Amino acid sequence: MKQRYMKNKLAALGVGFIFAIGLGLSGMTQPRKVVGFLDLFGAWDPTLIFVMIGAIAVHFLTYRWIRKKDAPWFSESWHVPTKKEITPALIFGSVLFGMGWGLAGYCPGPAITSLASLDSRPALFVASMLAGMFLFKLADKKMKFQK
Amino acid sequence: MNQDWIMALFGGGLIGIAVSLMLLWNGRVTGISGIINGTLTPQKGDTAWRLYFIGGLVLGGLALSAVYADTFSGALDGEIWTVIPAGLLVGFGTILGSGCTSGHGVCGISRMSPRSLVATVIFMAAGIATVTILRQLGGL
Repeated sequence: MKQRYMKNKLAALGVGFIFAIGLGLSGMTQPRKVVGFLDLFGAWDPTLIFVMIGAIAVHFLTYRWIRKKDAPWFSESWHVPTKKEITPALIFGSVLFGMGWGLAGYCPGPAITSLASLDSRPALFVASMLAGMFLFKLADKKMKFQK
Repeated sequence: MNQDWIMALFGGGLIGIAVSLMLLWNGRVTGISGIINGTLTPQKGDTAWRLYFIGGLVLGGLALSAVYADTFSGALDGEIWTVIPAGLLVGFGTILGSGCTSGHGVCGISRMSPRSLVATVIFMAAGIATVTILRQLGGL
């Protein structure tokens, strides 16, 4: 059990490492490129659509193959979301996320990866993102969002 | 000569491999906003792996930037304070909306989750609308 948990952590470390290399090579850690991708009605730079195409092409195939197994290697069971309902929280939350993404050119993964640059922009962005997640917890206590 | 799209496709493929390994090894979706959010309310036995993943992201960024100069190029020109409302929106929005570009955009679409398809279309549209408005206001 203990050993399995250690493998679990090292697996997460390795996945994070490969993920960050993918983000960096693809251009997702360059905010100007991200904003250019979202600038559909201006100086549109379609390059980043290929990141999604590449990632989904691989995982679309591997997902089906992996889920045929009884269980993952280092965990007793699967932890994959199964919800189907389209809720107001899903829609409204995605609107807010998209606004922030367009404003700064960072989504969560590239922002964390960019902490390695030691620049103040990603650091301030990540601090604000954590504050936003914390604010959600406070708001959720009062309003009980149906996610 | 512009071969950026080949890099984007290759980088995307690596991301696809990374999320596949997360599923094969730990049985989890690589939803980065959710992984980060879980560290804010630590549960015994469910926190360390999240910190290791976040550490892996930063280490990967460090390693790549040592050999690839463009890793962290392309910072926006505007005032730095704009990242504060942006970060608040991304933090609050991804948790309310149960995911971000990785969890919904890559993992969710790959398993054809209707929620993730809807979320991805909406956050893309909201991002495009925001950039379009910023351009109109002369902020780009």
